[in-house]
Amino acid sequence: MIRLGALAVGLLFVLNVLWGAVQPREDVAPDMAKELHKYPRQIEWAHNGPGNLGIFGTFDRGQLQRGFQVYKEVCSACHSINRVAFRDLGDLGFNEAQIKAIAAEYEVAAIDANGEPTTRKATPADKFPLVYANEAAARAAQNGANPPDLSLMTKARKDGTNYVYSLLTGYSDDVPKGWVKPDTLYYNPYFHSVNIAMPPPLAADGQVTYADGAPATTDQYAKDVSAFLTWTAEPKLENRKETGVAAILFLIIMTGLGYLSYRKVWADIKKPA
Amino acid sequence: MSFPWAKQYQPTSEVGKWMDQRLPLPRFIFNALGPGYPTPRNLNAFYNFGVLAGVALVIQIITGVVLAMHFAADTRVAFDSVEHIMRDVNGGWMIRYMHAVGASFFFGVVYIHIFRGLYYGSYKPPREMIWMLGLVIFLLMMATAFMGYVLVWGQMSFWGAQVITGLFSALPIVGTSIQTWLLGGFSPDNATLNRFFSLHYLLPFVIFGVIVLHVWALHIPGSNNPTGIDVKSEADTVPFHPYYTAKDFVGLGIYLIVFAAFVFFIPNSLGEPDNYIPANPLSTPAHIVPEWYFWPFYAILRAFTTDFLGVPAKLWGVIAMFASILLLFLLPWLDTSPVRSNNYRPLSRILFWVFVVVALALGVCGGAPAEEPWVRLSQVLTAYYFAHFLIILPIVSKLEKTKALPGSISEAVLAKYGKGGGAAPVAQPAE
Repeated sequence: MIRLGALAVGLLFVLNVLWGAVQPREDVAPDMAKELHKYPRQIEWAHNGPGNLGIFGTFDRGQLQRGFQVYKEVCSACHSINRVAFRDLGDLGFNEAQIKAIAAEYEVAAIDANGEPTTRKATPADKFPLVYANEAAARAAQNGANPPDLSLMTKARKDGTNYVYSLLTGYSDDVPKGWVKPDTLYYNPYFHSVNIAMPPPLAADGQVTYADGAPATTDQYAKDVSAFLTWTAEPKLENRKETGVAAILFLIIMTGLGYLSYRKVWADIKKPA
Repeated sequence: MSFPWAKQYQPTSEVGKWMDQRLPLPRFIFNALGPGYPTPRNLNAFYNFGVLAGVALVIQIITGVVLAMHFAADTRVAFDSVEHIMRDVNGGWMIRYMHAVGASFFFGVVYIHIFRGLYYGSYKPPREMIWMLGLVIFLLMMATAFMGYVLVWGQMSFWGAQVITGLFSALPIVGTSIQTWLLGGFSPDNATLNRFFSLHYLLPFVIFGVIVLHVWALHIPGSNNPTGIDVKSEADTVPFHPYYTAKDFVGLGIYLIVFAAFVFFIPNSLGEPDNYIPANPLSTPAHIVPEWYFWPFYAILRAFTTDFLGVPAKLWGVIAMFASILLLFLLPWLDTSPVRSNNYRPLSRILFWVFVVVALALGVCGGAPAEEPWVRLSQVLTAYYFAHFLIILPIVSKLEKTKALPGSISEAVLAKYGKGGGAAPVAQPAE
């Protein structure tokens, strides 16, 4: 009885779904954006360590500081990093006085002695303030676009560090034939819709002046700021990998000892005498 | 119940005797996981995954309890509180990555555990109850994992909640009311987040309770084994401790190494990047997709694209998705072969591996966007999924000519390890 019922129900599902499978499909116009869209370019990062494997490797402090400089001088005009606190900059190798000085360049909301809203200089305990008070303000100022917060950007996109680097260096004036690009947008095959509202932010070599003698090229700026945004998204990356290496070494030794005791326990059973 | 030759618990110390007469907890452990539980001597590595699933649950509960100390179930700050855990809580990143990766690993080991049961016929009499309780655990796990994923309140959390609760709206007449009742509103919002948090904290303990029943039911007939034949004598078994505690410990070590590799080196590889974007009810992601462990069922849900017999396609998809799991409850009565293990069932063995491929392929389809060729492929695979359990297996189990079974487990072991020796398993560890 159960099997007869099962047979009936089975046939019902099978015929139903196969009936769906043989239905003709509507012609879907090929999505040109999808064809033009490119996967991020793969480059090597100091924090990925030997072989770019991501097992060892630490952030290049000099690169993070340069990346922060690029962020501050270029990106921060429109994009916030609101999940990062000034005190976190200690990770980049800044000392306390430097962090205080950096924080003091920013204004944050406060309440004055009379209870009236005012602003004050930021302290190391504050987070980087938002650039726009809210989305409406951002869209009003940015021609309808809303520049996203960048704190988590490298984790919020596939292959995020390479994505940010590719996007920043991927602008092109050669719009493919047949592709419609509104005048207010820019062509960038690394962006999901390949039409991006952000104008090329790293326009020319020499735009940012590095103090440490690193090449002042747009390619270098893009690399540095991508590394910096990897840190903002995953500030505990180094700690994580160090812990991982230690944990796995411990587990390998533990498992090895466990295996030896397993062999000993089973010795009288497994082996044919 | 146990076999007559099971070792008896003998408290040696005065304290042990005192305890045994008042609350025989040590005796209980001794009989459940200790030397008092005779276990088939031929269990292979796949029999380790039940223990691993238990460990995975414990990891989820411990990390989850700590996360709940720092998490705030409020739509305005839920996402921020998760980032607070990642950035400011000592070791918070490790706890959270263990919990997120741990969910995937929990499903991974449970899937292997289920497929092991399918291959060796562990659902067959007298173990139907163990099988069905296992399915109850699986269903509870799915509900728990889904609600946990929503708590992060990222884009996929929000839209996942929208899609999954939206399934109920496919039901006629009461559908929309049920969805509203589940969400506590017309779309996922604070009421949803709070109730999901409450239930996400509750259900793991319910799962724990059902696991107790699952293991209790297991201890009545004892473990199945790769030959699928019953234990006949003491020569067929070894005491669980120290034999399987030693063996399972090695498996656990290997499991933890792989787990640690994911947690510490590629913690986000199993998740969707979109969930690092805070939930935005006004912006639908281009491609809403659940976590990988739901992909096969998501593919079945989306495979029904035509109205059939006056029932809308969407409702068919929902019915089929639930049916795809519920039909497994009938498996002990659909597969009537008296032989349990597929090692001795040449035809079902092939069908088993075909089913494994179909299930994996359904997973690939479920993770892919809803467009051709994936939809058509899911439809063919879905047809096979239902045909396998409801049509093919019942017929094959009737017609199949099975291979000769070994006389006993120890005979099978001896055949494997060559002649002579080890005939009498020295099942007597030092007292």
